[in-house]
Amino acid sequence: MSTPILWITLVAIGLITFAWRVSFVALWKRLSIPDVVERALRFVPAAVLAAIVAPELIAPNDAIEISFGNARLLAGIAAGLVAWRTQNMFATIGVGMAALWALEALI
Amino acid sequence: MPHVDTTGRASQRTTSRSEFVTGMKHAVPLLLGVIPFGMIVGVTAAGAGLSTLEASAMSILVFAGAAQLAALDLISAGAAAPIVWLTAALVNARFVMYSASLAPHWQRLSMAWKSLMAYALTDQAYALAILRYEQHEPSDPRAYYLGISILLWTTWQTTTVIGAVLGARIPPSWSLDFAVPLIFLSLLAPVIRDKAGASAAAGAGVIAVAAMGLPFNMGLMIAALSGILVGTLVEMRRGAA
Repeated sequence: MSTPILWITLVAIGLITFAWRVSFVALWKRLSIPDVVERALRFVPAAVLAAIVAPELIAPNDAIEISFGNARLLAGIAAGLVAWRTQNMFATIGVGMAALWALEALI
Repeated sequence: MPHVDTTGRASQRTTSRSEFVTGMKHAVPLLLGVIPFGMIVGVTAAGAGLSTLEASAMSILVFAGAAQLAALDLISAGAAAPIVWLTAALVNARFVMYSASLAPHWQRLSMAWKSLMAYALTDQAYALAILRYEQHEPSDPRAYYLGISILLWTTWQTTTVIGAVLGARIPPSWSLDFAVPLIFLSLLAPVIRDKAGASAAAGAGVIAVAAMGLPFNMGLMIAALSGILVGTLVEMRRGAA
């Protein structure tokens, strides 16, 4: 990405994000979310995050690799369990990275 | 304005100060997540070819970790600019929900305060503030929220700069790029609260893998929209049953 496009991108993302954040706070009572949109919005975080994570674990080298040779998938599963049980970001990163280093040394 | 009479002004100020300090105190444990997150965003920015100035500008302009990481991932993959914008817009669409939920509590503030506080809106500040407002609506909604947000904001800005400076010096053999999916995993776990949420995540994950080869890196957006659809359908079917 060229420097001018990058800066346009940074400003554009900043403006969109601010627009989302200020939307209802600024337009309170003049704006109401339709019920179906409100329901759909509830699923945005789960869907977006899963869509980012899945390919990085299942296909770390851009090809599907569901096997014991895929260290990132195995380390990701371990970290996923920690994330689910503890809901602690620090522990999740720690266990995931340690598992990856150990597996990369072994495999 | 919250009803401030002249006789109550001094005590109001003390309450505001203690609310501010309480907000900061409540945000301290969150730093355990924010510090590595900010550093990884800085490192990833350096890896994507951003200068330290650009990385810092991004953190100031956007101030939203998940969107910053998703955008940086796409930038390093060589995605077209509009795809990066749309993806960031989708990743951050959850702020609309937070905005709607905070709006009644902030309605008496001036537009300048509303804008400033909206700019600083994060998952963490929202979660803490809405709990505080619901438990005992403070006479001034600003202090507690600002206590949280100032701590989070300064930590975020500092750690992204540190990450960006260190970034170039971290050898690739450390596989530190793996921290990116790990952060997303730790953000994912708490948002899967029921079957519909799990279906949304599973649907999005499967489609994301299937759609990897699509041009312009559109896979992420298509997968996320599919997941949202799956979650909504599962919830509607359960509601109907």
